[in-house]
Amino acid sequence: MSTTLELSLPTPAASATPAPSRSYWRVVGRQLRRDPMALAAGLVLLLIVGAAVLAPWLAPADPYKASMLKRLLPIGSPGFLLGSDELGRDMLSRLMHGGRLSLLMGVVPVLAAFGIGTAIGLLAGYVGGRLNMVIMRVLDVFYAFPSVLLAVAISGALGPGMSNSLIALTLVFVPQVVRVAESVTTQVRQLDYIEAARMSGASAFSIIRVHVLGNVLGPVFVYATGLLSVSMILASGLSFLGLGVKPPEPEWGLMLNTLRSAIYVNPWIAALPGALIFITSIAFNLLADSVRSAMDIRR
Amino acid sequence: MFAYLIKRLIYAIPIALSVTVVSFVLVYLAPGDPLNAIAPADAPEEVIVALKSAYGLDKPVPVQYGLWLMRAVQGDLGTSIASGRAVTAEVLSAVSNTLLLAGMAALGGVLVGCVLGALAGYRHGTWIDRVATVISVIGVSIPHYWLGLVLTILFSIWLPWFPAMGAGPGGSSEWLWDAEHLRHLVLPALTLSVIPMGIITRTVRALVADMLEQEFVTALRARGLSGIAIFRHIAKNTAPTVLAVAGLQIGYLMGGSILVETVFAWPGTGFLLNTAIFQRDIPLLQGTILVLCMFFVVLNLLVDILQPLIDPRMGRS
Repeated sequence: MSTTLELSLPTPAASATPAPSRSYWRVVGRQLRRDPMALAAGLVLLLIVGAAVLAPWLAPADPYKASMLKRLLPIGSPGFLLGSDELGRDMLSRLMHGGRLSLLMGVVPVLAAFGIGTAIGLLAGYVGGRLNMVIMRVLDVFYAFPSVLLAVAISGALGPGMSNSLIALTLVFVPQVVRVAESVTTQVRQLDYIEAARMSGASAFSIIRVHVLGNVLGPVFVYATGLLSVSMILASGLSFLGLGVKPPEPEWGLMLNTLRSAIYVNPWIAALPGALIFITSIAFNLLADSVRSAMDIRR
Repeated sequence: MFAYLIKRLIYAIPIALSVTVVSFVLVYLAPGDPLNAIAPADAPEEVIVALKSAYGLDKPVPVQYGLWLMRAVQGDLGTSIASGRAVTAEVLSAVSNTLLLAGMAALGGVLVGCVLGALAGYRHGTWIDRVATVISVIGVSIPHYWLGLVLTILFSIWLPWFPAMGAGPGGSSEWLWDAEHLRHLVLPALTLSVIPMGIITRTVRALVADMLEQEFVTALRARGLSGIAIFRHIAKNTAPTVLAVAGLQIGYLMGGSILVETVFAWPGTGFLLNTAIFQRDIPLLQGTILVLCMFFVVLNLLVDILQPLIDPRMGRS
């Protein structure tokens, strides 16, 4: 609570701010550290992200180096720990490098939607009235599209490519984030302390920044962590369809696609990239569940 | 109740109209000339002009939209650039295949999800609960296109029980209700059913566990009602929410089947969308998106109409 408010309104109500303090996040952090599921999921994610980030230094081979003689080697072949793909490239190296694009394409749309969606939701919720109605009705249209179809349709219309699928996925998630942010903002806006802040002469911007944002960020954050797994699956799915990352870049969804014809020769190699998408997505989901229950402690 | 229905119907009209706008305009987001798909790059000027007027591309976009909408309302979605066939016919036969796949997947997924969820809710905190929770987390986290691949490896290559591709023998796209066609349906439907199963399990588990704690259940128990009679009360109370979630899931599956259809070469809308996107077949793309979204809008409407029929309290509020 700002000092100006206490000067002009020296009532006890002025200090009753429900905006989360720093100690709240410390409690959430402690809660997460005590949760074995959160720790396990976090560890798995750390391993996968670590392997992806450090791929250029850790990977045993060049992920682009093809060899016609060493195609589709089984798992455990000498020099090819996880076998080789349909062009004789080292699978382990490609999976490690592939994690960079797959994780990037899964996380970036959620981050972008988190930022854009929160901003629009705050605006719609705080201003209210006609602007709110216009914004929310426009978003209802996006809700009339099943999310996979919307992602495929937008990236299909924009044309194949990585940046286009990033745009498509962001557009899919923004309306969902806006809805969460808008509903919390609308609730908070009607509380007495916002009214008090407004009477004390605080500008709309500083009210949103100081009093509203703190309440909105929590629920939106929880919602966005839940989107991470969906985003991973959708992003790799777009590449699987040939709408995302283009060959010869290593990316899990694309690798799954190019290895599809290999299922009759060496099925487990073909299944490997998908297994990584699955493990990452399940870890994101478990972590999101833990974050949700850890952040619920306030209520 | 009646007023609610009217209100809901009127509310659906602007949504449906906006969906037509988005379906139409989406395609114009793309850089480049839509004519590139039809005309060769070195086509003479007259040919391009003739083609433009043949496809109506010489008019401004709003006019094109108006004409397209007027024809669409009458059931004419234009001619596919790639195949030269009527888009409406192509979309309808694909939609029936997708509907079959999504319907079966939803049916299986919802049934299994309800049973698992109810068991888990009833036996809250036991091993059944934990197994159901694990299954539901797997269901919502698994990339289903990958699951399709794994199921193909297991039940088509290792154990040659089911065919890996197509909707019928010899790649026919006509559906018949015989054993051979049903065998083609098993793997894709199973793959797709995992998503609704996970979500329904989660929903039902939470609902049932929550319901069992309520006072009215204690009161029913105190009056000496049998377990089955109490279960009927719980089922009635959970039905509207489950119906809403399940209804939306069918819609999501209709749109989301594109990935599974690609894996199993299922001749549905996903296959059509794929063709339309990669051949830049604009009328086909617009038509397929429009029909799928209209399905979703109607489904949403149906759910909203059915809900108060099950639970009269909703119609009044």
